[in-house]
Amino acid sequence: MNWLNPAELGLFVRTKLVDLGEGARLFTRLVALIGPTFGRMRLVIDQLFFLGNRSLSIITVSGLFVGFVLALQGYYTLQRYGSAEAVGLLVALSLVRELGPVVTALLFAGRAGTSLTAEIGLMKAGEQLAAMEMMAVDPVKRVLAPRFWGGVLAMPLLAAVFSAVGVLGGWVVAVPMIGIDSGSFWSQMQGGVEVWADVGNGVIKSVVFGFTVTFVALLQGYGCRPTPEGVSAATTRTVVMASLAVLALDFVLTAMMFSI
Amino acid sequence: MQKSRHDVWVGLFVLIGAAAVLFLALKAGNLLTLNFDETYEVAAKFDNIGGLKPRAAVKSAGVVVGRVESIGFDDKSYQARVVLQLEKRFAFPKDSSAKILTAGLLGEQYLGLEPGAAEKNLAAGDTITQTQSAVVLENLISQFLFNKAADAGSPSAEPTAGGAKK
Amino acid sequence: MPSSNAVPSQATSPLIELRNVTCGYGERVILENIDLVVPRGKVMALMGTSGGGKTTVLRLIGRQLQPMSGQVLLDGVDLASLDAQGLYAARRRMGMLFQFGALFTDLTVFENVAFPLREHTNLSQAMIRDLVLMKLNAVGLRGARDLLPSQVSGGMARRVALARAIALDPDLIMYDEPFAGLDPISMSVAATLIKDLNHALGVTSIVVSHDVDETFLIADHVVFIANGRIAAQGTPAEMRASEDPLVRQFVGGLADGPVRFHYDAVPVAEDFGVGAAR
Repeated sequence: MNWLNPAELGLFVRTKLVDLGEGARLFTRLVALIGPTFGRMRLVIDQLFFLGNRSLSIITVSGLFVGFVLALQGYYTLQRYGSAEAVGLLVALSLVRELGPVVTALLFAGRAGTSLTAEIGLMKAGEQLAAMEMMAVDPVKRVLAPRFWGGVLAMPLLAAVFSAVGVLGGWVVAVPMIGIDSGSFWSQMQGGVEVWADVGNGVIKSVVFGFTVTFVALLQGYGCRPTPEGVSAATTRTVVMASLAVLALDFVLTAMMFSI
Repeated sequence: MQKSRHDVWVGLFVLIGAAAVLFLALKAGNLLTLNFDETYEVAAKFDNIGGLKPRAAVKSAGVVVGRVESIGFDDKSYQARVVLQLEKRFAFPKDSSAKILTAGLLGEQYLGLEPGAAEKNLAAGDTITQTQSAVVLENLISQFLFNKAADAGSPSAEPTAGGAKK
Repeated sequence: MPSSNAVPSQATSPLIELRNVTCGYGERVILENIDLVVPRGKVMALMGTSGGGKTTVLRLIGRQLQPMSGQVLLDGVDLASLDAQGLYAARRRMGMLFQFGALFTDLTVFENVAFPLREHTNLSQAMIRDLVLMKLNAVGLRGARDLLPSQVSGGMARRVALARAIALDPDLIMYDEPFAGLDPISMSVAATLIKDLNHALGVTSIVVSHDVDETFLIADHVVFIANGRIAAQGTPAEMRASEDPLVRQFVGGLADGPVRFHYDAVPVAEDFGVGAAR
C-alpha cells in the first residue's frame, strides 16, 4: 500500500474506521447479552473450565517463580538500605498492584486467548457458524457470549491466584532461604498493603483486562479469513493486540488509581 | 439448567480464586486491622504539618487509635487544620497534645497523641490546642548552621538552648 | 411490510420463488436477472460450473445473502419484508446440509442432532432423546450416537448432518454438494436417503451437485446455471436429450465446449515466439 497516495490512504483509514465500528458494535452486543448468557449457566461453566481451570497450572507456576524472583531481587536492593525486612511488603505490593493483573493477562492472552481465536476461526472455516445461522441460532449469543463472560469471570480469579501464590513464593525465598524473620515479613506487609486501595484496585484491573483480552481474542477469531492462513494470522494478532492493549490500559488505570 | 460435567472442577476453581482473594485481603493486606468502630471527630491546628497525609495513623503510646481524615488550610490563622477521627472507645482529656512524628528515621509521618491531665474529655467537634508541628529538615539545618556560626563568633557565649525543637 | 399473502393452493404453488434476482459479492455480480421456481414436494437439482452461482442460490434462500435486486419468496412472502422474528421462523422451516457436514466438533453425534431441538423447543430430555434417535435411525446411525465428529468418516458425518437438518421436520431441505468426495457406496446411500426422505417427509429438496449420474437418478427437475443465468431446465430425461451445447458439454463431461478448456491467455505463437517475424 502506497502511504503517499491520498486515495489509498483514505481507503485505509475508512476501512479501519469501519472495523473499529464493527468491533464496538460486537462489544456492546456481548455486554448487553449478560442476562441471557447467565441464563444458560451451563455454557458459561463449560467456558470457565476451558479458560480458567486449564490456565491454572501455568498461572500458578508463573506466579511462584515471579514471587521467588521478586523476593530475591528485592532483598538485594533493600538490604543496602538496611530495610531487608520490607521485602514482604515489596513483593506483595508489586504483585497485587501490578504484576498479578498484568502478567496474568499476558499469560491468559497467550494461552486462553489464542485457543479462543483458533477455536472460533476454525468453527468459521468449517462453516459451523453459518450452519448455526441457518438453524436460526445466533452464533454471537450461543458461541461468543458464553466465552466472553467466562473469560471476564476467569481473569480476576486467575490474577488473585497468581498474586497469592507469588506472595507465598516470596515468603519461601525470604524466610527459609534468606533468613528474614517471618513475623516481620508478614507484619511489614500487612502494615503497607491496603485492602481497598491495593488489593481492590488490582481486582478492578484484572476485570478490565479480562474484558479486553477475551474480547480481542473473540473479535479476531470471528472476523478472520476462514482459511488455515487466516486463522493462524488471527491468533498471532490476538496475542499482539491483547498484550499491547493490556499494557496501555495498565498505564491508564495505574495513573487513575494510584495517583495521590 | 443442565448439568455440565465440568461443574465440580469449575466450582473448585472459583473456590480457589476466592480463597486467593481472601488470602490477599487478610494475610497480605490489612482487612483485619480495619475496624468498623464508631469514631468521633476532633480537629487540631498546626504551624507546619510536614509530610502528614490523609489516612495517616493517629497513635497514642504507639498504638493506632484513629486516622487523619483531612487536612485543610485556615486562612484566618494561617495554620494547617487537621481533622482526626478517633475511635469512640478511646477518650482523651481535653488538654491532650498532638505532635507530628516520623515512623523510623525516614518513614511516614503520623500524629502522636499524648494525654493531658484535664478531667473533662475531648468531645466530637473539639479542637486540640496543644500542638507541635512537624520537624522540617531545612529549618533544622539552618538552625544548626546558625548555632554553629554563633558558636564560632562568640566562643564564650552560653551553649544555645536552641537546637531542634523535638 | 408483508406483501399480500393470499394463500395460494398449497399443493401446486411453489415453495420458493426467485423473481428477477440479481446477486453478487461486493462488485462481482454472480447471478443476473434469475427467475427460478422451486416446485413443492419435489427434488430439484441445481447444476452448473464451479463458481457459477449454485451455492449463491442456496444462500439467497437461507437469507445469508441479500439480493442486489429482485425478490426471494417463501410461500409467497418476500424474505426482505420479514423482521428478525419472521426470519427466524422462516429459517426454522429450512434445513441445510453443508458441504462437509459442518458438524459442531465439540459435541457428540447425539448432541449435534439434538442441537436444534434444544435451541428451539422446550421438550423434555426424554422426548428429545426419542426424537434424536429416530432421526439418527432414519439415516442409519443410531448406534453412532456417542461418537465425536472427529471419529466418524466423511460419509457418516454428512449423514449426521442430514439427521440434524431434519431434526425440526423442515419443509425445505437444501443439500450443498452432498456427493462430493464420497465413495460409490456412500454416494448411493446418500442419494437414496435424499430421495426417500423427500417422499417420506413430503419435503421439498434442492440439491446442488456436480455429479450428473447420481443426481439425475433422484432429481425430478434439473436447472442449469451458467454465466449468471439459467442456461437450461427440465427433467433429467430432457437434459440428456438436450441439444444445447452447454448442457451437452456438462452432461457428457466434455473437456471443451461453451465452457472453455483454456484459461484466457495470449495466443500460443506469442508465448513461444513461433512464427513471429524477428
